[in-house]
Amino acid sequence: MQLGFTPAEERFRSEAAGWLEAQLSGPFRDLRGESTFSAHLERRLEWERALGAARYGCIGWPAAYGGRDATLAEQVIFAEEYARAGAPWRIGHMGVELAGPTILAFGTDAQKARFLPPIARGEEFWCQGYSEPNAGSDLANVRTRAVLSGQGAQRRWVIDGQKIWTSLAQFADWCFMLVRTEEGSRGHKGLSYLLVPMRQPGVTVRPIRQMTGEAEFNETYFTGAVTDADHVVGAPGDGWRIAMGTLAFERGVSTLGQQMGFRNELDAIIAAARANGMVGDPLIRQRLAHAHIGLKLMRYSALRMLSSAQAGRLSNEAYTYKIFWASWRKKLGELAVDVLGPAAEVAAPTYEWELLPRLFLGSRADTIYGGTNQIQRNIIAERALGLPKEPRGS
Amino acid sequence: MQFEHTEEQLMIRSAARELLESYDSARLRAAIGAPGGYEAALWQQMGGELGWCGLALPERYGGAGLGWIELCLLQEELGRRLVASPFFASAVLGAALVMECATEAQRQELLSPLARGQMRFGCAITGPGGHPAPQGVDAEITSAGASLRLSGVADFVIHGDTADVLLVLAREGGGLSLVSIPAGTSGVHVIPHVMMDLTRPMSRIEFQDVTLGADARLGAPGAAALPLERALDLARIALAAEAVGAAERVLEMTGDYLKQRVQFGRPLGSFQALKHRMADLMTEVEAAKSAAWYAACAAQERPEECAEAAAIAKSYCCDAFYSCAAGSVQLHGGIGFTWEHDAHLYFKRARASATLLGSPVWQRERLLRVLGLGAAATPAF
Repeated sequence: MQLGFTPAEERFRSEAAGWLEAQLSGPFRDLRGESTFSAHLERRLEWERALGAARYGCIGWPAAYGGRDATLAEQVIFAEEYARAGAPWRIGHMGVELAGPTILAFGTDAQKARFLPPIARGEEFWCQGYSEPNAGSDLANVRTRAVLSGQGAQRRWVIDGQKIWTSLAQFADWCFMLVRTEEGSRGHKGLSYLLVPMRQPGVTVRPIRQMTGEAEFNETYFTGAVTDADHVVGAPGDGWRIAMGTLAFERGVSTLGQQMGFRNELDAIIAAARANGMVGDPLIRQRLAHAHIGLKLMRYSALRMLSSAQAGRLSNEAYTYKIFWASWRKKLGELAVDVLGPAAEVAAPTYEWELLPRLFLGSRADTIYGGTNQIQRNIIAERALGLPKEPRGS
Repeated sequence: MQFEHTEEQLMIRSAARELLESYDSARLRAAIGAPGGYEAALWQQMGGELGWCGLALPERYGGAGLGWIELCLLQEELGRRLVASPFFASAVLGAALVMECATEAQRQELLSPLARGQMRFGCAITGPGGHPAPQGVDAEITSAGASLRLSGVADFVIHGDTADVLLVLAREGGGLSLVSIPAGTSGVHVIPHVMMDLTRPMSRIEFQDVTLGADARLGAPGAAALPLERALDLARIALAAEAVGAAERVLEMTGDYLKQRVQFGRPLGSFQALKHRMADLMTEVEAAKSAAWYAACAAQERPEECAEAAAIAKSYCCDAFYSCAAGSVQLHGGIGFTWEHDAHLYFKRARASATLLGSPVWQRERLLRVLGLGAAATPAF
């Protein structure tokens, strides 16, 4: 157990820090500190391509696919420097953190060669097609169907159904989807994991306006949409296992990147509390301390997860990480508006929000998406603590 | 960067766990009732043949030359079984005070017997008001010719009644000094308390014109305040480790019970209301482990982060332990409220550990000061 870095790792740090500083004080200075999900879309896509060109897009991947074969320590260092430099939130994260690692772990050589390099170069963007109107917490209830049709080189999957909560679908090039490929199958059997191009006539994207007033999510309709027969990851029918693998990747290095956004939010709250004197209130101080502690614990837990993942283990804190950060951030949102007082409740004329009120509203989703807190507690209780499973309805 | 215990460290843990496997409820209760409130044979074994007391001491004092990470692993294992032992008072808090405050010759004199398991320290650093040191220190040193005179009261001295040497924090001039006093010195009156936590006995100690040689003072006159802070942080980090071990164990006990106890024709653990509470407790325990392990690393490698890491670990781990112990009483139902069941022993240790060396609320206020966020009124405890 040791926290320090080697001289070679420190050299990598200064190299990465130098590059980030040059970019964010030069051609990308307008993106420094950008913490929104998808504002300034074109510039954000350019930033992803710049990261790719410098081979900083996916440093943990094999060099053959555009990565650097970076060690765990180097990935941690890059995440730290990325945060320190105030680099923007990664709009390519669906490909970088979810689709890419899944294809790397479960894909064929041909799939790796086709899909990984464009992600690493920041040229192709992805969205996630899991949830459906009737498959939310009960994800295995997916009903979107895909059937193979055609002969020989014309053989393709034809997809019909509806996905929902597809973030970033409006500009994604590809979607990784969970679909039902065995007629009459139920539950997690008979599902397949398909890679489907988004820019085709059979795909329609409709934004959903959220309680924040913004529209980050979408409903995505597939009506006779097609993809190549070999764009299935794992065997047909093995989709559930692959999809669960993707969920495990959500707990990877990306958590360190996510924490940088949280840090910015907490810093903004502290600045507001200093400015209006709330920093002297003993109750607010206790909550500020709780917030700081929670953020540090996320960092330590992420380092633990990464260390054990590198040794090939899924450790217990990996089960608890999601509920921990989501619950923490919801409290952070409440702290933000308590510090600001009534001023927090005044919107811009178009019902747009500053960082902190946006945090308050936006964080209500954190304990819902990616598995609600209630589903997380079932998973922790059953898988990590070994308590009896929930009885299932028929 | 590797934030996982090494093979060697895990071997220390498993050896300790194996040794303490037989430290069951009956043995713990026997220890509580024994003179001094601990099992003498186990203390001799830990300090003597196993070398636990010297594990984190430098080799020049006869120690094993390992560090706080290894010491904290022992603390976790001792916490799991709520072992009633002078280990924390002597090998953690006492050793840290001597290491940080004393001169080289004094360290040699006090730590060498500790490394052999032949030294029990009583750390009289808290005043009668019970405020976290150095607030509210009552004892005072005055010069009397070539010698020193000590008067005043210290309280909440862990294992003060069985200590071989008392380490007493006292005001001197405008500063603070630490003095070492052999047990039985004339003018020292030790009054053992009956404590809520049965596993960590404490005493009130009154000093009435105790005459000491100038060499009783550890380090320079009035200069103990700064090294004291570092020693307290090391002790807080080790206490956090102990709390994590105890929290994890009491949660395991509760989980076992919920799997086995049947009501309404189902194991209790199949009810979502109870599963969800267990899941929340496990979430706290896992975060607490991260806090304690990081703090142990900081103690060893990053002195500049030690104060922050100690405040985080002490507050979070003690809160988590309390949640788990309180949850254990509730989830066991009626049996959890009995004297016969061990749940109350964990619950009481959790409360006592939270109070010791500054409560979670106190630690969080201190954390903000360490981070440069100004100050509000100091919490009393």
